[in-house]
Formats: sequence, C-alpha cells, structure tokens
Amino acid sequence: MMIPLDASTAVVSAAEESTTNILLPHAPDIVWSLVIVVIVGIVFYRYALPKFQAVLDERTAKIEGGLAKAESAQAEAAAALAEYHQQLQEARAEAAKIREQARAEGSDIVADLRAKASGDAARIVETAHRQIEAERQQAAVSLRNDVGVLATELASKIVGESLADSARQSRVVDRFLDELENAGPSAASAAGGSASEER
Amino acid sequence: MSTAIHTLGYWRIHDGQVRRRALLVRKRLRPYDLRETLLSTPAIPLLLAASEGEGEFHAPTVADFFPPAIFFEGTPFEFNRIMLVRVIAAVVLLTIFCLAARRARLVPGRFQNAVEMILDFVRNSIAVEVLGEVNGRKYFRLLATIFCTVLFMNITSVVPFLNIAGTSVIGLPIVLAAWTYVMYLGAGVKAQGVGGFLRSSLFPPGVPKVLYLLLTPIEFLQVFVLRPATLVIRLLANMVAGHLMLAICFTATSYFLFDSDGAMKLFGAGTFVAGAAFFFFEIFVAALQAYVFAILTAVYLNMSIEAEH
Repeated sequence: MMIPLDASTAVVSAAEESTTNILLPHAPDIVWSLVIVVIVGIVFYRYALPKFQAVLDERTAKIEGGLAKAESAQAEAAAALAEYHQQLQEARAEAAKIREQARAEGSDIVADLRAKASGDAARIVETAHRQIEAERQQAAVSLRNDVGVLATELASKIVGESLADSARQSRVVDRFLDELENAGPSAASAAGGSASEER
Repeated sequence: MSTAIHTLGYWRIHDGQVRRRALLVRKRLRPYDLRETLLSTPAIPLLLAASEGEGEFHAPTVADFFPPAIFFEGTPFEFNRIMLVRVIAAVVLLTIFCLAARRARLVPGRFQNAVEMILDFVRNSIAVEVLGEVNGRKYFRLLATIFCTVLFMNITSVVPFLNIAGTSVIGLPIVLAAWTYVMYLGAGVKAQGVGGFLRSSLFPPGVPKVLYLLLTPIEFLQVFVLRPATLVIRLLANMVAGHLMLAICFTATSYFLFDSDGAMKLFGAGTFVAGAAFFFFEIFVAALQAYVFAILTAVYLNMSIEAEH
C-alpha cells in the first residue's frame, strides 16, 4: 500500500499501519501529557491559584468593608439630616413663638400707651374743667362784690340814704340778689352778661 | 457522497516529503464534485478515503496527529510535533498565569482583569453553580486547572504555525479524564465511605428492588467506564474534526488559488470563506469543550458527594 522512503517515515508509517485508530493511546503521548498536566497542575495548585484566591478574597473583604463604611456614612448622614431638620423645626417654632410674643407685647404696649394717653387726656380735661370752675367762681365772687358796691352806690345815690351801716348794706344786697336770682334764668343770664361785659 | 469522496485524490505531506498514496478510484476530478464535498460534511469520510489524486490537492489525514519523532525516537519519551505544541501551550499558559499572579494587585489592571475573568467564570459559572458555595470553593483549583489546560491546549488548533490542538491526540484527554476520574471517585469515597459511595452510585434509592437487576449494571458502567470514556472521546473527536475541517478548507483554498487554472480559482473564494467560518467556529468549540469538560467534572464530583442522585 505504501513505500517507506527512509527510516523515520518507516517508523511513522508502521505506527500508522498498526494504529491509524486515533482512539488508541501511545506510551509517549501519555507520558508527555502526564508530564505537562503534572507541571501545570503543580504550578496552578501551589502558586497561581492561591495567589489569585488571596487577592480575590482580599478584594472581596475590601469591597465589603467599603460597603459597610459607605453604609455607616450614609446612616450618619441621614442622622445628621434628621437632626438638622429637627433643629430647623425647633428654630422655626421658636421664631414663631418669639414673633407671637413680640406681637402680644406690642399690642400690650399699644394698649398701655392708649390707656395712658386717654388717662392723660382725661386728666387734662379735668384740669381744664377745674380751672374753668375756679375761674368761674372767682368771677362770680368778684362779680358779686362789684355788683354789690355798684348797686349800693347806685341805690344810695338814688335813695339818698346812707347805707353806711354794713349790716344793713349787706342785707339789702342779699335781698337784691335773691330777687335777682328769683326773677328767672333770663334775668340772671342778663345780669351775668352785663357783669362780664362790665369786666 | 461516498462516490464524490472517492474521486478525491490527494497527496500527503510529511516532513517535507511527499508520498504518493494508493489510488482507489482514478478519475478526473470535476470542480463541482470537489466543492460539494468540501462544503458538506467532509471530515470523517475523508479520514477513510485513501486515494491518490492528480498531484494537485493535499488533503489532511489522520496522520497529521501522528507526526514523526523529533527526538528520543522509539523510547517512551518520544517527542514529536504534537508534544511540542503541548509544551508551547503549557509554557504560554504558565507564563500568563504566573505573570498575572506575580503582579496581582488589589486593583487589577487590564491584563489581570482578563485572567481574573477566566477564573471568575470557572468559579461562578462552573464551581459554585454546580457544587455550591462550600464544595465549589474546595474544588475550584481542580476545575480551574482543568478548564485552563483544556482551553489552552484546544486553542492551539487556530494558532498559526501550531495549527493543531494539543488535545487532538488521545493521550492528553486520557490524562485529564483520569484525573477527573480519580478525583470524583475519591470525593465519593471520602464523603460517603467505600460502601456508601457504591451503594448510592449503584443502587439509586426510590426504585423497586427488581429493577436493580437492570439498573445496577448500567449504573456501574456509567460511573466506572462511560463517564471517563465520554470525557475523553468528546474532547478528542471535537478537536480532531475541527482540525480536519480547517485543514481541508485551507488546503483546498491553496489548491484552487495556486494549482488550478481559470474559473476554478473562483472556488478558492468559497473554500476560503468556509475556512474562515470554521476558524471562528473552532475558537468557539475550543472554549465550549473546555467548559464542557470542566462542568462535567463538577457535575460528576457533585454526584459523588451527594448521596442521592
């Protein structure tokens, strides 16, 4: 079937002749495969894979630690935010309270001032009234004196009778004034008017 | 289909030598036949097609997986191209992981992020997802080592100049599956004791006693033979098929573009597009098979640890 050309091909072709069946293993094939697998296995088992596993585990730990840290940081931030909100709320409440208080105080002050002012006004009015009253009485007294003197002089001149006697004089005057008052309000006012006119 | 395949003659390239192989059907190849063959599912039948062509088309064969020895020929330490690819993949894998591990920082850079993405994927989507928090952590190293080894050994199938998966020869899948096998048996025995593990594995509870006649042999086969065997064969078959598809597409492209004339060159575009598609598909398969291997390891561990299925 085939012609071997030299020694090396003779071996090969002999191998082919007997074992073209690829399912039959040869000793060298097994030996070298074993050598390679053992070497790869040893290097992988003893060096490469443990190193990688260590690095991967360390990374996992780091990531987990980082995640935990981030979580706690987030919790802290949330707590701080809550606290801030609470403080804000408190501050707002306080501000509202202060405002309310200020308003109340303000209205108090206004009321106070208003009361004081109205008191003052009343007092001023009172004083004015009192002054007027005093002046009126003073006027009345002086009017009475003046009117008495005048009337007496007038009467003595008319009657010619001396009214030197003071008792009689005052009696006459009183009677005259009583008559005058009794004559009616119109007469009194006319008398008052004439009196003030005279002054 | 099979006639089309038999029309395919091809050369084999070996170490710079071109050997002409036996011809089954000597027949002039029509372009339509070839294209149809390439765009449909050609890989496995082509393995069986031993034939000779007109000296133009070099299709890959199963011999790609058994290259000549580089040194230590004839000893159990015979070293060939596949071993070299595996060694390169292992060196790259270890360099990347050791560099990343040595520079591992708490705050990762871009490089460390990329490596950690792989490890995180293994831990979250495979270990913890299947085994739970405690056991997932316990078996993380096993699963990560298996996932990364399979991934890097698979991905060499699309790396230029390597172009073949380290797992596309059965030795490595066998070693990895044997490791898984030992680990899940060990985990079962450790968790439940020898008797307990055998009882819970071979005599699943909640089944009428008569059915054990049927179930126990099946379960035995399942636990002790089929699980490791399927791990091996699934990975191997995927990577072998992927390599063959890629190789066929690109050798056909090369043939159409450089060795054929006239309008046939156009077919090169079609095969190139198919090859590019398979290239990306192969990347996907490489990652997927690594995931499948690792997740099945986790599932088997879980079945061993937990008493009830």
